[in-house]
Amino acid sequence: MQIRTREFIPRATFALHDPNLQRALAKAADGFIGKRAKAIAEVPEFEALREAARVRKDEILSELDLWLERYEAQVRAVGGQVHWARDAEDARAIIRALCARAGAKTVAKGKSMVSEEIGLNEALAADGLEVIETDLGEYIVQLAKEPPSHIIAPAVHKTKEQVAELFAEHHGTTPEPTVSGLVTEARQQLRRAFFRADVGITGANFLIAETGASVIVTNEGNGDLTQTLARVHIVTAGIEKVVPALEDATLFLRLLARSATGQDSETYTTYSMGPRRAGDPDGPQEYHVVLVDNGRSRMLGGPWREMLRCIRCGACMNHCPVYGAIGGHAYGWVYPGPMGSVLTPLFVGLDTAYDLPNACTLNGRCGEVCPVKIPLPELIREVRHAQQRDGLHPPAEQRVKALWRRVAERPALYHGLERLAVRLLATLGYKGRIRRLPGLSGWTDARDLPAPTGRTFLELWHAKGHDE
Amino acid sequence: MPPDRTGTVGLFATCLMNAMRPNIGFAAARLLEDAGWRVEVPREQTCCGQPAYNGGDEDAARALARRTIAQFEAFDALVAPSGSCLATLKHDYPRLLRDDPLWAGRAQALADKSWELLTFLHERVGPEHIRSRFPHRVTYHDSCSGLRQLGIREAPRALLARVEGLRLVEAEEREVCCGFGGTFSVKYPTLSERLAENKVQRLLATRADVVLGGDLGCLLHLAGRLTRICAPVRVYHTVEVLAGLADGPGIGQS
Repeated sequence: MQIRTREFIPRATFALHDPNLQRALAKAADGFIGKRAKAIAEVPEFEALREAARVRKDEILSELDLWLERYEAQVRAVGGQVHWARDAEDARAIIRALCARAGAKTVAKGKSMVSEEIGLNEALAADGLEVIETDLGEYIVQLAKEPPSHIIAPAVHKTKEQVAELFAEHHGTTPEPTVSGLVTEARQQLRRAFFRADVGITGANFLIAETGASVIVTNEGNGDLTQTLARVHIVTAGIEKVVPALEDATLFLRLLARSATGQDSETYTTYSMGPRRAGDPDGPQEYHVVLVDNGRSRMLGGPWREMLRCIRCGACMNHCPVYGAIGGHAYGWVYPGPMGSVLTPLFVGLDTAYDLPNACTLNGRCGEVCPVKIPLPELIREVRHAQQRDGLHPPAEQRVKALWRRVAERPALYHGLERLAVRLLATLGYKGRIRRLPGLSGWTDARDLPAPTGRTFLELWHAKGHDE
Repeated sequence: MPPDRTGTVGLFATCLMNAMRPNIGFAAARLLEDAGWRVEVPREQTCCGQPAYNGGDEDAARALARRTIAQFEAFDALVAPSGSCLATLKHDYPRLLRDDPLWAGRAQALADKSWELLTFLHERVGPEHIRSRFPHRVTYHDSCSGLRQLGIREAPRALLARVEGLRLVEAEEREVCCGFGGTFSVKYPTLSERLAENKVQRLLATRADVVLGGDLGCLLHLAGRLTRICAPVRVYHTVEVLAGLADGPGIGQS
């Protein structure tokens, strides 16, 4: 996937002025926030579950190597194969080779953010394979030749009318621009793809070490068809997806659906384990798991370790006012919103994704809703610190900050300059406000600057004879 | 500690209050002194360091944290009319200085006796000291730092309930950020403007004629937006109303 994080500001600005996008975002935010609130209100122990999930994830991460080896052994024991991919290129090469060996022409795909992260579709298409996304949202953005704009609702930026137009253009049909009309239309198209597919690729919400099962949750059942009907099933997952036991998965599942879509559980929770056994009525002939590191083991040992708790529910972006204003495409890569503001710079570079952690008000709502209690605002601030360490903040800003620090450490100078500034600002005020202030146009372009009265509190206080 | 035990408060004059709205400091002092607290304002105080901390400069934040601790640690309590600055003192100082054997304990000690003004008035001073009149329809803007880092939600409302004639009308989406975000407001003005506009629409929908809040950063931002769109609404810091000092022009008005 092309990295467009450097274009954050222009893309965000355009997004603010795209009426269809704004309509879609407003509708989505209302739905996601309201549904989540309702769902968790029915679970009095939700806060306790969050805490339990945080603790459990940390325990698992501290023994990640152990659980990954156990998982690998179990997958082998049930007849599957595990492939370790150090980075994106590695992962692509492994999957391309598996497809080539299977003589595949068509690949059906379930929804997988890791496959976006490793740029899988482009690589398979370059090999001449027909790749069909089977999650409705993913299918829509694939037809539109766009990346997903949300990690669980990839086409959330599109209105029903836009989707109907897209289907008309690609299918030569005239579907009704209603949810049921569009779903029926997509279902008819996708049904054929499922039967045509030689290889089915899915992601995984969890990998269970004790059984070797991979777990996916969907609302459409597309993942089930993807992994059962094709001859070869390939699971792609980040190494942080492994959990020791089934009961761990159930803990996280209780949090995932409620946080993501406000459901008690997603419509389908599917466990797949190895290839078809003798006597099984269906299932793939081959079962492969590609475990993707791509920087994750490095994160384990550093300040962003807590980010590996992420279960990809999307609650942080659903509750982020900035995401809500601009949508996911403005963030310019796979992971948008608050979790993306931490992850994307780690994947694509602190400089390349400079704006993401900075275009955040640190209002903290993301951390408040995170089901595994990732301190997102603190991690976002931590990315800013790393950017400061690497000298990546704009030179003018760095100069201002350095100067400000020197002044703030000298009270006499600080207060002298402050007194001067408020006197000056007071003279610029008209009717109590300043409408335009060169040098601070970032402020006055969007709003007036309330004018000060001309004296600072400290000077007024001490002039009144208050003694210390 | 029972509310009748008093002592000496060090009033933390936040940068924005000091420069832009001294009335807030005087209102705070009036209420504290009325309740029998002695109020001191150290001359040597500057900034708490939050802009540096949020801007990625931990070294600068640490230097300013040490200064602030030294200035205020002798008082019985530190009180600041801002949830945002107070959250920095209370949560970030101990974190910033945790590996510094000379300062870690002092940072924690100051954090333990540092209070956001409205919380202090509510819990330590007691609402019975509020005896002001403000016959207006008002709405309250919860600032994110205060709300999420300090859990300030009930205190301002309980205090405002004591004000004669005041009618509080709650806005929708109270927990959504107004888009100020410190330097965010000037680094990403188009985003900040949109979030301000979203918030302003919610505030105006209450048909309140006064907007109150507990953080001057958000209030300057919202007042600036409200005057820019010529909305006939006045903005004050909550303590100005509580102390009966909201008789002058609102923020950004004459």
